[in-house]
Amino acid sequence: MLSRVAETLYWMGRYLERAENIARLINVNTNLMLDLPKGIAPGWEPLIRILGCHEDYAERHDEVTERRVVNFLISDEGYPGSILSNLAFARENARTIRDFLPREAWEELNAFYQQAVDTKQSSYARQGRHEYLHQIIRGLQQHVGLLAGTMNHDTGYQFLNMGKKLERADMTTRIINVKSENPIPEDAPELRPYEDMLWMSMLECLSAYQMYRQSMQVRINRVDVLTFLFRKAEFPRSFNYCIHDIADHLSRLPHNAEPLTVLQHIERMIAEAPMAEMDNGPLHQFIDQLQICLGYLHNSIAETYFPPPLVREEDAA
Amino acid sequence: MSINWEAFENHPFYDELITAKGNARTYARKLVNYLKKFDREELNERQQTADLAIKQMGITFRVYSAEEGSIDRAWPFDIIPRLIPKKEWDQIEAGLKQRVQALNLFIDDLYHEQKIVKDKVFPAEVLAKSVNFRKQCVGIDPPLGVWAHICGSDLVRHVDGKVYVLEDNLRVPSGVSYMLENRLVTKRVFPELFETYSPLPVNTYPGDLYNTLAALSPRPGDNPEIVVLTPGIYNSAYFEHAYLAQQMGCQLVEGRDLLVGDDDCVYTRNVEGLSRVDVIYRRIDDLFLDPEAFRPDSTLGVRGLLRAWKAGKVALANAPGAGVADDKVVYSFVPDIIRYYLDQEELVPNVPTWRCMDPDSLAYVLEHLAELVVKPANESGGYGMLVGPASTRAERDEFAKLIQADPRNYIAQPTLGISTVPTLARGQLEPRHVDLRPFILSGKEMKVTMGGLTRVALRKGSLVVNSSQGGGSKDTWIVDS
Repeated sequence: MLSRVAETLYWMGRYLERAENIARLINVNTNLMLDLPKGIAPGWEPLIRILGCHEDYAERHDEVTERRVVNFLISDEGYPGSILSNLAFARENARTIRDFLPREAWEELNAFYQQAVDTKQSSYARQGRHEYLHQIIRGLQQHVGLLAGTMNHDTGYQFLNMGKKLERADMTTRIINVKSENPIPEDAPELRPYEDMLWMSMLECLSAYQMYRQSMQVRINRVDVLTFLFRKAEFPRSFNYCIHDIADHLSRLPHNAEPLTVLQHIERMIAEAPMAEMDNGPLHQFIDQLQICLGYLHNSIAETYFPPPLVREEDAA
Repeated sequence: MSINWEAFENHPFYDELITAKGNARTYARKLVNYLKKFDREELNERQQTADLAIKQMGITFRVYSAEEGSIDRAWPFDIIPRLIPKKEWDQIEAGLKQRVQALNLFIDDLYHEQKIVKDKVFPAEVLAKSVNFRKQCVGIDPPLGVWAHICGSDLVRHVDGKVYVLEDNLRVPSGVSYMLENRLVTKRVFPELFETYSPLPVNTYPGDLYNTLAALSPRPGDNPEIVVLTPGIYNSAYFEHAYLAQQMGCQLVEGRDLLVGDDDCVYTRNVEGLSRVDVIYRRIDDLFLDPEAFRPDSTLGVRGLLRAWKAGKVALANAPGAGVADDKVVYSFVPDIIRYYLDQEELVPNVPTWRCMDPDSLAYVLEHLAELVVKPANESGGYGMLVGPASTRAERDEFAKLIQADPRNYIAQPTLGISTVPTLARGQLEPRHVDLRPFILSGKEMKVTMGGLTRVALRKGSLVVNSSQGGGSKDTWIVDS
């Protein structure tokens, strides 16, 4: 398999996963805003923090309002992290390897992107937004199924999925990072009942609430939620699931010693982390370390398998 | 509301489907009768089906414009097919094979002893000023002695009803993928028609192309490693590069995917390591092919590729330097070239051509600019030419200066009244001018596509069929008379 094609598939996986995660995040946050009282409703600023896009946002908008944030994250094609931008990049990647992908996979993605652009108006107001994002999520899930069902599960498939899972692992850490902050002030015990909702919202952002209940069968509490999201390998959006999956893909590739070493280090970090003792401070530090290591893992994969970087500028992230 | 066939106004041009009296040509009767059953709305619906299919299939091409930068356009396709009777096609096919065979002998001669120049059949001055002659290719013996493995020769039919060759494209001719897709789209739009007609299939092309390329492999064996080398997704013909690679089951590569080793062999950079390449179907122009041998600033090519080709470690189709015959001045000598190498008269004629390098011809051309089409030797896509009858006095005066500054660079031809085919325009069937680009493969044997790409000038009265300037295309059928 051409190194360049491997790289293109890997990034296509990342862009598609990113678009889906952003769509879920926005939908969940919208629902959260409806459920929580104004005092503790987190607003839209946490989304900007989760996605790390303060600077890009501030360049375009001077205040944080629902409508602005949502339009920014869904359809601002000048911002490379928006849903439509990610879909555009994924489509462009697919186009450069359309000779390699199953014909249907290209045609569906092309049509899907076109439709997302043509109907973006409906996402501006709350009323049409849920349906629009729902279509995005469904379309992306369909595409995953299409590729899984019609592509050879060979080298190219490994790279596509490594990209997806690395992106997913990264997103999981970002969501935990931001959502673990407890905005309930010490002197407002009457808001205590809403504390559960905040942990629930973390689970919802990762579409994990129902599966948490099935797996853990306990009340919502900090330690169990963190344990579930970091360690529970059966849940497909947990950190460990993503890492184990990447390990599985790597094991099928040649020259995998270096990336596997980085990966094993990450696995140890998760296994040894004292979930019960991690307050916000230590938790943030831990997540910072994880994110740095995910960066190392990406670099190791890139150095091992992808072509040397070009002299000219490339939009790689 | 029904289509008004009586209003089909075409004089004085030859229409491929309808006679001067307004009747369907024999071989087109079934088609015309079939179309007569449609009214405007129904025909428009079918055109929309085609447009949707093209959009979904992602059949596009890239256009460059000064104002908008580069845009990806959906392939403009007209649903009414163009028909050619088999008897006529057989003659044209023979003429095309003759032509390409002679041109390959000519190119090989130019890179060896240049006998045709020594025998004064082809002028040394013309060769001296040729921009596509590559001195790096002198003395090389490519496999099978073939330089132009893929040739796209453009044909037109004049008001006299005869078919002429307009030009030969021997560098990186494109359009064949659209020919293949047009047939697929037509099958979706008019499936019923395929019951009454059996147009000869065109989808043998990818297999024929594969066989042509495979025969060039330097290593023996049944599974040579063949790749298609593309400049990348921003190239106007990228769709075709990807399409042909996919249809042949070959890898599509860019320059940076390849490297030439110290052993002069070409390898692809793979996840698994390096892998040897035997044949490259290259869709990159000579000058950008190898920064070591040609333009050093090219980031599209592969360093050392020419070295690998010269050493016989990799085959290149078309060979570097084949473009010496892709030149409008050379075109004017083709009848002589056929006579010189094959001792035959041309089976399909050239358009009558005046060479401005000849003083008498130059005088004639300058005097009759308003009636002629004057073209520079090397531009493609219809750019840089003068269409006499459509020009202003000022434009002709400007152009006269250009000609006089460099007469060797210009040829002139009479304005052809090229034939038309009924085309859907604003809900009506109106005549639009067409040409035809068949593709000729030269490997162990020669193969010609069944028909080719019919390009149509979509604007009323326009004679310019190139997609980059508002042209579209039609499906082309070779049918029983």
